[in-house]
Amino acid sequence: MTAPMIAMNGITKSFPGVRALSDVSFDVRAGEVQALVGENGAGKSTLIKILSGVYHADAGEVHMNGEAVHFAHPVESLRAGIAVIYQEFSLLPERSVAQNLFLGREPRTRLGLIDTSRMRAEAREVLSLFAAAGHIDPDSLVGSLNVATQQVVEIAKAVSTGARVVVMDEPTAALNETECEELFATVDTLRNRGVAIIYITHRMREIARLADRVTVLKDGEVAASFDTLPSPDAIVRAMVGRDIEDFFAPKAKPDEIGDPVLTVRGAGNDVLRDIDLDIRAGEIVALAGIQGAGRVALAMALFGEAPFATGDVTLAGEAVSFRSARAAIAGGIGLLPGDRKSEGLVLMQSVRDNGMLTSRAFAPLWTSDQRNDNADTTRMDALLDQMEIRAASYEQDIRALSGGNQQKAIVARWLSMRPKLLIFIEPTRGIDVNSKAGIYHLMRDLAREGAGILMISSDLPEVIGVADRVLVMQSGRIVAEFPHDASEQDIMHAATAETEVAA
Amino acid sequence: MTDTGSPRSSALRRRLSQINPVWVLLVLLIAAIIFMNPRFVEPTGYMNFLKRAAPLAILAAGQVYVIVSGGFDLSVGSLITLVVVGSSMLTNNDPAATYWVIPLMLTMGLGVGAINGLIVCFLRVPSLIATLGMMITLNGLAFLWSGGAPRGYLPDTFRFFGRELIRDVPLVRFIPVSVLVLIVVVGVFAWAMHRTNLGRHIHAIGDNPVAARLAGVPVNRVRITAFMISGLSGAIAGILLGGFAGVSTDVGAGYELQAITAAVLGGAQLLGGKGSVPAAFGGALALTAIFTLLNFLGLPQPVRQVVQGLILIAAVALAMHRRKQTGT
Repeated sequence: MTAPMIAMNGITKSFPGVRALSDVSFDVRAGEVQALVGENGAGKSTLIKILSGVYHADAGEVHMNGEAVHFAHPVESLRAGIAVIYQEFSLLPERSVAQNLFLGREPRTRLGLIDTSRMRAEAREVLSLFAAAGHIDPDSLVGSLNVATQQVVEIAKAVSTGARVVVMDEPTAALNETECEELFATVDTLRNRGVAIIYITHRMREIARLADRVTVLKDGEVAASFDTLPSPDAIVRAMVGRDIEDFFAPKAKPDEIGDPVLTVRGAGNDVLRDIDLDIRAGEIVALAGIQGAGRVALAMALFGEAPFATGDVTLAGEAVSFRSARAAIAGGIGLLPGDRKSEGLVLMQSVRDNGMLTSRAFAPLWTSDQRNDNADTTRMDALLDQMEIRAASYEQDIRALSGGNQQKAIVARWLSMRPKLLIFIEPTRGIDVNSKAGIYHLMRDLAREGAGILMISSDLPEVIGVADRVLVMQSGRIVAEFPHDASEQDIMHAATAETEVAA
Repeated sequence: MTDTGSPRSSALRRRLSQINPVWVLLVLLIAAIIFMNPRFVEPTGYMNFLKRAAPLAILAAGQVYVIVSGGFDLSVGSLITLVVVGSSMLTNNDPAATYWVIPLMLTMGLGVGAINGLIVCFLRVPSLIATLGMMITLNGLAFLWSGGAPRGYLPDTFRFFGRELIRDVPLVRFIPVSVLVLIVVVGVFAWAMHRTNLGRHIHAIGDNPVAARLAGVPVNRVRITAFMISGLSGAIAGILLGGFAGVSTDVGAGYELQAITAAVLGGAQLLGGKGSVPAAFGGALALTAIFTLLNFLGLPQPVRQVVQGLILIAAVALAMHRRKQTGT
């Protein structure tokens, strides 16, 4: 067997407080597609940045064609024949395809002028290598092409500069069905030409269609590597580290559901109309709907941020009408915001300070650490431990943590308050699979302890996997209700169908 | 790989990089002063230095509260003037009046801060503008009160805090009263900022006011308190300055920008979220040391302004650079 085109051995890389990669070995041979799979934060991008010279590994070595290489800068790896195709393109939109292909190395005439006709001819030649690029006019402006075609131009550019290794980072993220097919054909062409391809993705379909081998990264380590194409189940198991069945927490049993925690009758405001809503203790209710259907507005109305103008709200048997978030929290409602960075975290503060933000907000201003606060600090640390938050220390700035760990710190904030009703807005957006499972189980634990839970999510499998009951909103109203075993199609239909004017 | 090095040396490097550069700067400046004037190491040398730095250091410690909460307080310079002028008018050469004038001035400082805070919170005027307006207003008030010609005396009982020394102290021979005031104020301010809920909330509202509100932090109450603490620091600084600088209608001019410069030298994050009272104290000492050096070199007053302006820009640029390196 020939030496691999690229072999990375024992790569280790730490960032302050976080070990991003530990002892990762990875290789790719000429003429094959090696799929690199893993959740967000698993270390895929870090590994690629080490390969291309953006980062430097703390330990380990990179070999190219059997020789050790040290790239200090992306320019050096590019010169050695490693092309990384990022999701954002490096093409100039206001230049033609041919100009982009030969940017910085234009063919010259004897007088030193750019030889446009030769450039055009050579561009046509390069493009003709790709079935999907056959129809591209070298004179058309790159900005006028669709995303998939631009991608082909980018790849053609890499090939024409003599790239022997092409790295593609989730290349289908912005493509539609037909465009994906074009891209797959392009990848096939590259493979047949003997290029080594590293293909980063987490879509099983693409792996099945393209990959010769698969390497799964999880938490900065190689969780599995397959020399032949494995079954999707095997990949998922390696990615998640557990079977898919215990990914979601079990649903509530009938005897776990108690009295109503929250009752809303005929409530409305500028965006909401005729809201009737019941949430019982021990129950997780999901709010589904499309963007702008009023789900977040409903959450913010309950939370006092944008209160109801009309209607009645009862919380644990008492009529309430909260005019501010602070009042709502005092009354026993908690809310995990949808945009972690802009609404949830105080990024420059420590993990512990983020966790204690709310409990401190309801202690006297002049309370000091030396006084009764101290006990709370240990309790918060115990909570953070229990949630398995990965941080160098709880004194560390929270911004250095992964999304999942940040989210857990916000959940810890609410756990310490023991709210009667807890609203989760997009609780797992942008976090890794293990943190997702952790948060699902936490939600269930909270419900079992008697809280009512309202979850807003745009992720339908999540809605179905987590909720005991699903409400669908549209144009500021609740338009449908489903039991926990509803299908995605039913929910989607209710969320998008034209509502019959019933009122 | 290129960036090898034993783990121990890299840990040491990390530890070193966590030292606030203001302390390094201060040590270098003090060394330069000692080099130019060896008598600085005697108590008369460094105690006089601390005495001169005290009003600015107290002001900077108060300014940090507002900066960390995400604002600026430009009104403290005029507040100093108003305190000095007002005290001289109210005491009217009566030594006994000091005992009610000083509490009254401290209350006025808190009151001016409260008004600043209320304007920022409820009228939604950006703090830069709100306190700029307050600065002009207070300056005008000081002029009106004194009729433009303040009576040039404050009773000795009032000047006690800015001028007097406590003698026969072991080790250092004497301590100026103003240095004692400085130690107490900076100590209390540092405790409140870094060891209490109030301090944590000031950090939180400057870091991300939306997140703080959604987490239940009483944002307005905390912001107004920050301005009140800054106002209090202005009143204390005014009482000290009245003691050793005497009465004039420009006694506080320029102090607000010096206080901001000192806080930023100490690494306070403009626009909020991060800052330290002890480091602002260090920044004030460093700034005073720079002025002292310029004095030794015989450079005229305008040069001080040029230097101060450049320092402010350099300190912010350095803070941005460090943030880019450590942040994500």
